[in-house]
Amino acid sequence: MGMNKSDDVTWDSFAEGLWRENPVFVMLLGMCPVLAVTNSAINALAMGLATTFVLMASGLLISLMRHLIPKQVRIAAFIVIIATFVTVVDYSIQAISLDLYNALGAFIQLIVVNCIILGRAEAYASKRRPALALISALGMGAGFTFALLCLGVVREILGAGALFGFDLFGANFEPWVVMVLPPGGFIILGAWLLLFDWRKHRTQLRSLQEERGRAG
Amino acid sequence: MKGQDAQAPATPALKMLIVLGGIAMLSGFLVVLVDQLTKPIIEANQQRAIERAVFKVVPGATLRRNYLVTPEGVHPAGDVGSGNGITVYGGYDDQGRLKGIAVNGAGMGYAGLVYLLYGYDPDCACIRRFEVLKMTETPGLGDKIISDAGFQANFIGPDGLSARLNGAGTALENAILTVKHGSKQHPWEIDAISGATITSKAVGKALNQSAQNLLPLLAPHLEQLKRIDIAPAESPTNGKGE
Repeated sequence: MGMNKSDDVTWDSFAEGLWRENPVFVMLLGMCPVLAVTNSAINALAMGLATTFVLMASGLLISLMRHLIPKQVRIAAFIVIIATFVTVVDYSIQAISLDLYNALGAFIQLIVVNCIILGRAEAYASKRRPALALISALGMGAGFTFALLCLGVVREILGAGALFGFDLFGANFEPWVVMVLPPGGFIILGAWLLLFDWRKHRTQLRSLQEERGRAG
Repeated sequence: MKGQDAQAPATPALKMLIVLGGIAMLSGFLVVLVDQLTKPIIEANQQRAIERAVFKVVPGATLRRNYLVTPEGVHPAGDVGSGNGITVYGGYDDQGRLKGIAVNGAGMGYAGLVYLLYGYDPDCACIRRFEVLKMTETPGLGDKIISDAGFQANFIGPDGLSARLNGAGTALENAILTVKHGSKQHPWEIDAISGATITSKAVGKALNQSAQNLLPLLAPHLEQLKRIDIAPAESPTNGKGE
């Protein structure tokens, strides 16, 4: 944790969460909503945005209060702050659309216990200045939303023949129903993890070969 | 040497109390603020959702009145269920004539309760339509009760699904019953969807239980619900712009 690294707001402080430390595909955090609410693209997007808001708001507040909160009670303080913003999101979604609220079910309230949020509060926001905490939270939230959308889009297309509620293939399409059921969540998540891991290995292998080529 | 365990100066309990108390107060303030801001919008959303469902199950209705049905009689009611009784929604056309009555029902399905709103038509003493408010049935199987044309035909036909009271008016003449796919013989039977029998049965149970409870109480007072006076502001020609 070098001082110079933690003090500058760079593109990397945002992009880190989006790609290199993606909360879902790299850190494998927050799997519960990832599997549960990604049966359609719109649910995935709403859940991602809700989580991003909670990440940013709680990250900012925790960073602002980081010198005030005594070490012994920090987890309790973090949870109260996170729960507050989750309640704010809960009411807001009810006001925006009851259908969406019913579709997301209990998973809105369960954002409180999403380990990405407490994890980022403890490991990052409570040690950095507000601007950094906010940008990093935005990056993590974007990464989480991106991952949820990756699953939601594929599952909705295969399982319902639609995208964001718009019918894609007409009446003759026989939906692959298992894809919108829980097993489909595991299958698609596994497929995405495989793809990302394969890509990572390939780039590693290529850079290794390049090095050898230069040496030889 | 032992004393060196606590290298950092101990935080006084008072400071912890103040910080946690302060955070809790801030949190309470925020939650109350958001609650106050969103409450009217959420209530309007809930009303609109009820309205949409009522107009769907009572064809031809453009206005809605809520009633509370109790053993003592039928009274106008608000949107939030109040007191002991069954809340029903009267659907009226723009002339103020009763087109049907929407009622809630619930039956145990495969994965949990299936919550319905159904439209009772007093003219034919039958159920004409139903709408699923909430369910957790398996997509592709149980949720066919919404989309399956054959299942909907149980209700949409000219006579609907019979829900006639017996002579004494104490119960249904024939209990509403879900039967195996293809074996429907009577107008009070529901032809189940093959492959979704449990959910089909949940619909039958929900309708039967609700109708058995409600209709004996409602029947003696039906005349008083037949017509309503419409305030000019409510007539759909003025109200449609919303």
